[in-house]
Amino acid sequence: MILDTRASIIAVAYIVAAVLLIFGLRKLSSPATARNGNLLAAAGVFLALAITLLDRSIVSYWELALGIVIGGGIGIVAARKVQMTAMPQMVGLLNGLGGGTAALVSLSEYLRLSMAATVRGGEAVSVVLGTAIGSVSFTGSIVAFAKLQELLSSKPFQFPLQRAVNALLLVVILTLGATMVVGGDTATTPWIVFAVALALGALLVLPIGGGDMPVVIATLNALTGIAAAFTGLVLHNQILVVAGILVGASGTLLTLLMGKAMNRSLGNVFFGGFGATAAVAVGAPVAVAKTVRQTSAEDTAIALAYARKVVIVPGYGLAVAEGQHAVRELAQELEKRGVDVKFAIHPVAGRMPGHMNVLLAEANIPYDELVEMDQINGDFDSTDVVLVVGANDVVNPAARDDPASPIYGMPILDVDKARNVIVLKRSMGAGFAGIDNALFYRDRTRMLFGDAKKSLTSLVEALKAV
Amino acid sequence: MTRELVLSIYVVILAVFTGYEVISRVPSILHTPLMSATNAIHGIVLLGAMLVLGAADTPVLHVLGFIAVVLGAANVFGGFVVTDRMLEMFKKKPEARK
Repeated sequence: MILDTRASIIAVAYIVAAVLLIFGLRKLSSPATARNGNLLAAAGVFLALAITLLDRSIVSYWELALGIVIGGGIGIVAARKVQMTAMPQMVGLLNGLGGGTAALVSLSEYLRLSMAATVRGGEAVSVVLGTAIGSVSFTGSIVAFAKLQELLSSKPFQFPLQRAVNALLLVVILTLGATMVVGGDTATTPWIVFAVALALGALLVLPIGGGDMPVVIATLNALTGIAAAFTGLVLHNQILVVAGILVGASGTLLTLLMGKAMNRSLGNVFFGGFGATAAVAVGAPVAVAKTVRQTSAEDTAIALAYARKVVIVPGYGLAVAEGQHAVRELAQELEKRGVDVKFAIHPVAGRMPGHMNVLLAEANIPYDELVEMDQINGDFDSTDVVLVVGANDVVNPAARDDPASPIYGMPILDVDKARNVIVLKRSMGAGFAGIDNALFYRDRTRMLFGDAKKSLTSLVEALKAV
Repeated sequence: MTRELVLSIYVVILAVFTGYEVISRVPSILHTPLMSATNAIHGIVLLGAMLVLGAADTPVLHVLGFIAVVLGAANVFGGFVVTDRMLEMFKKKPEARK
């Protein structure tokens, strides 16, 4: 098959775009080059999009322009306005939109092709999978977004026969899909597949607790990539296949890395109903039986000022209170006094792996002061004061010691080995996972209640007065 | 089985290994930006939506294609902008403080 000049130009541009994407991803793997990597990847995608306008099958341009201006405008404005704390749900939402696009493209292409001839074999398989996977990703991501945005309860939502219903929906999709591949389908079959897959996506994510949402979004991200690749197969468009599969593969790897950081297998995340029983089984009795020891900003300031080594453990509560700048001030004040200050970052601190790094970077805390869990865990023995700011589950010793705990086995920061632990916390509420924390009741732990930002600000003032 | 299908399978397999290889050494501090960037990259599915809408010849295809273009455009533009905002903030320790 010989391509004409225009088709050749498009084909060459697609190859260049694919190379840009691969180099972009490569550079995204290192903090120093990551920003350029993102720009390279963007250049690749936009080159492919622009050159596609030359495609002969495109006859109406004004509708395209209108759609791109509306969608792009909404996307850019939302991306500029969104708070860094809301990043996980933003990524989830954008991912859902991509999934929806892939589903609609597959469905439309099937409708168009089937007007001219019957669609069978490889194309039909791609249509079914593109539609089904894209739809699941769409509604799944929307539910994940709603849970993280707290439009829906972040608690797992369960009903009887849930798995049976999900399995039934999956069987319906596969059966109808098979009829589309071998023939015997009717005009409504692809629409039913579309609708059932939409329902399945929502039902799959509803029973998953808020704490597992990052893994869910990572999985759905990979799925959207795969759905995009299937639309590429239907459209005979190589760059779509390459880009979709690149995302599918890297997204799968990323999902596994995140799962490892949280010690959760994918099967457990999707079928475990995590957190449903935890709050009842563990939370209630412990909270009644034990007491906590409170402290004041002044006492904490003195403890910090005379420490040699201080480790700050930031959690999502810090970000919610917008205390990142206050914590930087505190760190600088301590460093002026010659105290060795480090930030200990749990891989899943925040709402998503690496989220805390983004939030601290936003407050101009240099990334070389942030120490990862494996590097700092050996140091807690020799640490004078650990300041836990709005973190909870990632410092819960039950994950290490109590096999009955629902988070047992999750790697944690061993802050309980430090000489003193001071926990800044709004109240005695349980963490995002809904589990009580034994750390708060230990002898060496002191609680400093209040809004994280206010507590930090008064700590800085108290420290200046010491 | 067509020749094109065979070639597509090769493309898929090679892309799987490439995708896996290029990010296999990513540090956890970059997980969020990387997820966000790959999320933007699959927004390239907008390209498929453009082909569908550009060639649409029935009202149903016009509607589906238009929705697909709007969603895809939001994904790709929003995704890259938000990733850039995140990565912009990753800075090394300033020299003055050393």
